[in-house]
Amino acid sequence: MVWNALLLALREIRRNVLRSFLTILGIVIGVAAVIVMVTLGGGATAQVTAQIASLGTNLLMVRPGQRMGFGQMSTAAQFDLADAEAIEREIRSVLAIAPASSAPTTAVFGNRNWSTSITGIDNRYFGVRNWTLASGREFTASELRAGSSVCIIGATVRKELFGAQDPFGNKLRLEKLSCEVIGLLQAKGQSTMGSDQDDLVLMPLRTFQRRIAGTQDIGLIQVSVRDGASTEQVKQDIEELLRTRRHISPSEDDDFQVLDMKEITQMLAGTTQVLTALLGAVAAVSLLVGGIGIMNIMLVSVTERTREIGIRLAIGALEREVLMQFLVEAVVLAAFGGLTGIVLALAASVVLADLMSIPFVFNPGIVVLAFLFSAAVGVIFGFFPARKAARLDPIEALRHE
Amino acid sequence: MSGTDSTARPLLELQGVTKVYGRGAAAMQALRGVDLRIDAGEFVAVMGPSGSGKSTCLNILGCLDTPSAGSYRFGGVEVGTLSRNQRAELRRHYLGFVFQGFNLLNRTTALENVELPLLYRGMHIAERHRLAREALAAVGLAGWETHTPGELSGGQQQRVAIARAIVTAPDVLFADEPTGNLDSARSREIMELITAFNRERGLTIVMVTHEADMAAFATRRVHFLDGHIESDTRAHDFMETA
Ligand SMILES: Nc1ncnc2c1ncn2[C@@H]1O[C@H](COP(=O)(O)OP(=O)(O)OP(=O)(O)O)[C@@H](O)[C@H]1O
Ligand SMILES: [Mg+2]
Repeated sequence: MVWNALLLALREIRRNVLRSFLTILGIVIGVAAVIVMVTLGGGATAQVTAQIASLGTNLLMVRPGQRMGFGQMSTAAQFDLADAEAIEREIRSVLAIAPASSAPTTAVFGNRNWSTSITGIDNRYFGVRNWTLASGREFTASELRAGSSVCIIGATVRKELFGAQDPFGNKLRLEKLSCEVIGLLQAKGQSTMGSDQDDLVLMPLRTFQRRIAGTQDIGLIQVSVRDGASTEQVKQDIEELLRTRRHISPSEDDDFQVLDMKEITQMLAGTTQVLTALLGAVAAVSLLVGGIGIMNIMLVSVTERTREIGIRLAIGALEREVLMQFLVEAVVLAAFGGLTGIVLALAASVVLADLMSIPFVFNPGIVVLAFLFSAAVGVIFGFFPARKAARLDPIEALRHE
Repeated sequence: MSGTDSTARPLLELQGVTKVYGRGAAAMQALRGVDLRIDAGEFVAVMGPSGSGKSTCLNILGCLDTPSAGSYRFGGVEVGTLSRNQRAELRRHYLGFVFQGFNLLNRTTALENVELPLLYRGMHIAERHRLAREALAAVGLAGWETHTPGELSGGQQQRVAIARAIVTAPDVLFADEPTGNLDSARSREIMELITAFNRERGLTIVMVTHEADMAAFATRRVHFLDGHIESDTRAHDFMETA
């Protein structure tokens, strides 16, 4: 009986190529949309989570000036090295500090040049930023003291200027300075905000101050907080300390900013989750629309096919045989559409995840869910109207217009 | 075999059968107490004006429809006591139908249409194809197996429908105006075919027709008028002089 039903069902599918195709298409679109959106959303979330983890210890960034509007900072006096050391010395729970100063620049090697930024640092930077070298070495104490012309480059700068060539021992030209490459940073990829973290050149702070900036200014103090300590408390302490050091009266606003990186990233992660939920909702709607499409086609086709059901009953088909045929038909269409949708969706997800440079995170739950939903729609709306028709007296089904 | 032998066990027997369509003010009494017995081997032509209840009666006899009241016995079995499935089994094993509108499955080949009743009997593919080909050959359609109804003329479609009705070797063939859509030459062909099945295979036939020409092929004529049987005449001449 099942074999007969399968034979009859396949005959009907073949007999109505367009209708079968439309049904399958509805299922494919519904299933694929949900899987793609949820997979990409999951990938974005995973990426942000990984970035939070890569920040390592709790990091505070202290900058002069206040945010005034979109991307604009008020001008204010820069810090100096004494400010940085005061933070390290006077505030409890500070694990380490890393003073830095940076400027945009064009790096030139041979006939290639590349717009990037140059940052003056000392070796504390690597610890605070939780960053290691892929190869080469950090600065030596004497290089830092003397302000030697040496630099460590990020993966992007290496790729753009040196290509496949070995950068070590070669000299980069930065402004009027010729700098020997002594180290290569481990690639970090995109930041949460979407900027390329590997697009930078590091040099000893003293070299930067003397040869590039021409001042003793510090543009950024990065502070790592001891595990278990309250970043919020440290942030307040730094604010208090700097207000005193910068002689800001109680009525005035801060002319500097202390940013909690973890907080910002977590906020962004929250945004990503909201985005994922939104994508999921859109996907659910498309699944629903796909479902309604299937439902429509199934209902219309059963109406069309009531006469066919009448013929089958008149020549001796039992109700359950007619139903079995419709059920098998619906199952075959739903399974075929569902599987096609899953394959397409996974392929599209891999490609899109690559294009958006987010990880591909396979989510079996949503694959199963989307498949079951569309299969259920196909089966329910294929089966129940058919059951109604198969319960008519044959003559009534035959009379159906 | 004899359609006129009153001691023969009746194959089909209606007693006081009525059929009402709709309810209340809109109720329409299509049959008003029909008594009819048909014996095995008879070829009955059902005649009468339009709306007199011919199709309604045939559909009840064919177990496609159920009477509102009265008794219908098929081979001694009270059909009213059978379940839907049992009635379907009855149609499957003993009855064949030819409809006025052919009622073939569209976009399905003649062979597939004809083998469909065999498929529901669970017959094997080889046997199914052999019988379906034989039935198509019997109605003069050898070589047309792969044609779909859309590619066949009205007469050919009706012959496919007849092949489908007789392929299971039923005990009774019901035909509702089988020649209603055909010209007179095609009609004669179909009637000769049906008559041959009656004479050669002893197939019991109940056929609704408007035309006296067609009724002339039958061994018995039942006239309906306004929901009941007005006259019932046997063509003794045919049986006795043959
Ligand atoms: N499904 C139905 N619903 C309501 N009334 C019906 C239905 N089928 C038939 N009738 C009515 O029952 C009466 C008998 O119909 P039936 O089809 O048996 O007539 P008939 O003798 O076959 O006529 P014709 O020669 O035109 O085919 C008619 O008056 C018809 O209008
Ligand atoms: Mg009629």
